[in-house]
Amino acid sequence: MIIGKISRISGPVVHARGMEGIKIRDLVRVGELGLVGEVIEVKGDYVAIQVYEETDGLQVGEPVKSDGKPFLAELGPGLLGMIYDGIQRPLEAIRDQTGSFIARGATGDPLDRTKRWHFVPTARRGEHVSHGDVIGWVQETPAIQHRILVPEGVSGKIVTIAEGDYTLDEPVAELDTGQQLFMKQLWPIRRPRPIVQKIAAGVPLITGQRIFDVFFPVAKGGSAIVPGPFGSGKTVTQQALAKWSDADIVVYIGCGERGNEMTEVLTEFPHLEDPRTGQPLMHRTVLIANTSNMPVAARETSIYTGITIAEYYRDMGYDVALMADSTSRWAEALREISGRLEEMPGEEGYPPYLASRIAEFYERAGRVICLGRDKRSGSVTVIGAVSPPGGDFSEPVTQNSLRIAGAFWGLDARLAYSRHFPAINWLTSYSLYLDALQDWYTQNAGPDFLEMRRELLEILQKEEELKKIVQLVGRESLSEPDKLLLDIARTIRDDFLRQNAFHEIDAYCPLKKQYYMMKAILMFYKACQDMLSQISYEEIRKLPGWEHLSKMRYTPNDQTESFFPKFIEELSAVSQEAVA
Amino acid sequence: MSAALYAKAHRTITEIKGPLVFLQSVPGVRYGERVTLVDSAGNKKSGQVLEVGEHAIVVQVFEGSDGLDKKGTTVFFSGDVVKLGLSEDMLGRVLDGSGNPRDGLGEIFPEVERPITGSPLNPVCRQQPFEYIETGISAIDLMNTLVKGQKLPIFTGAGLPANRVAVQIARQVIRQSKEELIVVFAGMGITSREYNYFYKEFQDSGALANSVLFLNLADDPTIERILTPRLALTTAEYFAFDKGRDVLVILTDMLNYANALREISSAREEIPGRRGYPGYLYTDLATNYERAGIIQGQKGSVTQLPIVTMPNDDITHPVIDLTGYITEGQIILSRELDRKGFYPPINPLPSLSRLMNLGIGKGKTREDHRQVQDQLYALYAQGKELEKLTAIIGSAGLGETERKIVRFVERFESEFINQGEIPRTIRESLELAWDLLSEIPRTELRRVEDKYIDQYWRGARP
Repeated sequence: MIIGKISRISGPVVHARGMEGIKIRDLVRVGELGLVGEVIEVKGDYVAIQVYEETDGLQVGEPVKSDGKPFLAELGPGLLGMIYDGIQRPLEAIRDQTGSFIARGATGDPLDRTKRWHFVPTARRGEHVSHGDVIGWVQETPAIQHRILVPEGVSGKIVTIAEGDYTLDEPVAELDTGQQLFMKQLWPIRRPRPIVQKIAAGVPLITGQRIFDVFFPVAKGGSAIVPGPFGSGKTVTQQALAKWSDADIVVYIGCGERGNEMTEVLTEFPHLEDPRTGQPLMHRTVLIANTSNMPVAARETSIYTGITIAEYYRDMGYDVALMADSTSRWAEALREISGRLEEMPGEEGYPPYLASRIAEFYERAGRVICLGRDKRSGSVTVIGAVSPPGGDFSEPVTQNSLRIAGAFWGLDARLAYSRHFPAINWLTSYSLYLDALQDWYTQNAGPDFLEMRRELLEILQKEEELKKIVQLVGRESLSEPDKLLLDIARTIRDDFLRQNAFHEIDAYCPLKKQYYMMKAILMFYKACQDMLSQISYEEIRKLPGWEHLSKMRYTPNDQTESFFPKFIEELSAVSQEAVA
Repeated sequence: MSAALYAKAHRTITEIKGPLVFLQSVPGVRYGERVTLVDSAGNKKSGQVLEVGEHAIVVQVFEGSDGLDKKGTTVFFSGDVVKLGLSEDMLGRVLDGSGNPRDGLGEIFPEVERPITGSPLNPVCRQQPFEYIETGISAIDLMNTLVKGQKLPIFTGAGLPANRVAVQIARQVIRQSKEELIVVFAGMGITSREYNYFYKEFQDSGALANSVLFLNLADDPTIERILTPRLALTTAEYFAFDKGRDVLVILTDMLNYANALREISSAREEIPGRRGYPGYLYTDLATNYERAGIIQGQKGSVTQLPIVTMPNDDITHPVIDLTGYITEGQIILSRELDRKGFYPPINPLPSLSRLMNLGIGKGKTREDHRQVQDQLYALYAQGKELEKLTAIIGSAGLGETERKIVRFVERFESEFINQGEIPRTIRESLELAWDLLSEIPRTELRRVEDKYIDQYWRGARP
């Protein structure tokens, strides 16, 4: 135990003296209240500590204690369905201790120590196991088997292992080396969990959101950023992804965002069903909530706590999606702490190491071969919201994230103003995963899926060019095929890309339905183009098909197969009638 | 703030700079502690410890450092953080920016004392907002519904009637709630003209009896503005969570608050962020704005309506920008509408209420509310684009439907938005909306489901 004394207090940064032997990133307890903090600078005879709680009332001379270990995340069964703050304190336990408002110095075990989990061994006596091997599992929630892994630095022959009900403090197995294996393990959050190797991504994260699945998919194990000015729908987008994407596990980090938004997640998720398993969404979700009024240093940590939990489930062989809302708040926390340390600022006051920190974080995403003999694979997909000041994408956090992320989903204030949600700009956004995902789409979504995608984008691209002409000479002076193109572009925008996150059916659109919707639009467009030579543009405008297209997204998802083939057939039949 | 007994007196000032006083260190001083300074003439000022070290202590003086000197000034440390005495007798009172009575009606005897910084509300204890507040203004109630427990700022420009809108809302919500709701009003750096306006309006309308006013005038010390919103929010939390009342907090003008923060930051020679504001501006604003909400299983709520002036009408100004990122939407006043003589000049396009969905719909407002709002937005956005187009190519280039949409925009602005001070119920707003929509061909109403069109649309059927 290292014990020193406070020598200076300035906001969340506290200096302490007499801490010989302390290392950077070691966890400390500050003052009589035992506020949690982390060493961020060792300088001369003092150390600088970032404190994760408010420092009001601290005095010079109060003790600072440390056992010389870094901040460790606690990993094991019971994580799913939990809501933690940035330093993995369980917020529900804290409520029971200190009431509705979070008091300082509150502590709680991240995982329930009294609960007994039914452990089923898969490894046998006499088997040699080492880091990353699966020794058994626990049914953590109805849909998720929590695999128990051998932690780092442990290896040997199993001497005892038995099925039964254990708490997290009781060993489930023992090795010939005398080491005991528990269901829980600890991990320093700032160090990526080791893997065998990263492998190429080839499967998309299907989100049920048309703009992403069709236009700008992200691969499982990839990373995407969602930058946008305030009010453009970052959080609604992140929440829709957390709800509907086909990951096994979702880690949602509310980093410096609104309290009411976290409450929304907490209120809704237990009632929403995972479209794949039919289980409540909370059963596959871990929430990290460090709202904007909670201490700034813990906000900086919340990102690492979250990704460590994500990696842990990845190591079991699961596909994990991590949403960080918003990474800008994390970057600002870095800036704030850096300012208190009086470091030389880089661009816009951010510390010069901003770029490397962002890169380190996003690089913890990936599709990997996990440690362990069975060569299982798992993935972590990272989706980071970015809140650029004034909506200006040239600022450092957006630019540094862009360099790393494989998909860019640019939110657009103008779209948001006209209530076109999700307000993703289809002309500026991109995905670098399309080539890698090509085979998957061709095999699983339909051989003509990507071809139709290309046609839709082409129409929208042409629309943009035509709009410029319209602004100069007016719409009436366009040729009829061009007018028709503008109409169909509007249908694509309004009836396909626009998706209502609050509508019970439209909130989630299965891939098959997306396919049929594209097909219906393109088929109708083709039919209208053919008709132009026979009937007038005005008559084409009056076809009932336009209205039918605008309502097709409300078709119940389970009727996709029974409805759409017929719908498309009728659409073309009606069009032929009009000509006759 | 109530008086306290001071145990430690010190005369160790080494430097005075702007609102900051530097002292030689004395043992036992706490970070954030409240301080009283008495100058050689016996005048008292209050302050707060900003930094404690082994050699120096930094104190910010709320009333400004005028008249302080190195030798004659005595510094008393109170041993405790800044607190506010609270009681139900605060209703109907006017206090200054430090919480002392300004109306000459005598001391208020506190029932409890609370630190003014508050504690973060545990996210698991928050109740999701569910109930709307009727402000009587169509552009808010129908287009950007205010919900109990929400923080919804008004972004305004110099010369735009934000104060009038704020007072109108305060009056209306008190009346609408049958005086169940209370208003806590914090004015930071307001002019004496504004002060007279607020005071008169609150008094004349009878709203004062259900209000607490904290007023820091433009010629009051700048640094005091750091305290004022925190005092107001501490008071609001007391009435909401101790007394179970619904509280609406109006904070005007948060730009002045941020500027006071900048003043202290630059006096401390901190590394400035954008436009000289400190790097922690976001965190600091959030500790104020996040003090809104509802607690599970408890009566009472805190709703915030901060007013922020956009310097030079610039919505990307850091204070506006960060406010927008923290709050749950924004109401934006438009110079264009104001010039046309429309009141309230609320521009619906960039305005937004994020929590709207929680407070509207069947059983709350009306089942068609969401879709009507959506449709009005789409048409208004489209019509505004067409207006621009018309300016270039003339209305001859427009089709028949497009002309109807342009006509819709005119009526929407001059009738729907320009309602004056007469409140409308939500039903009246919806009726007027359908009246406007009925002039648009049915096929253009893509955002409303058929069943609502059948029920409410009164246009010519094909």
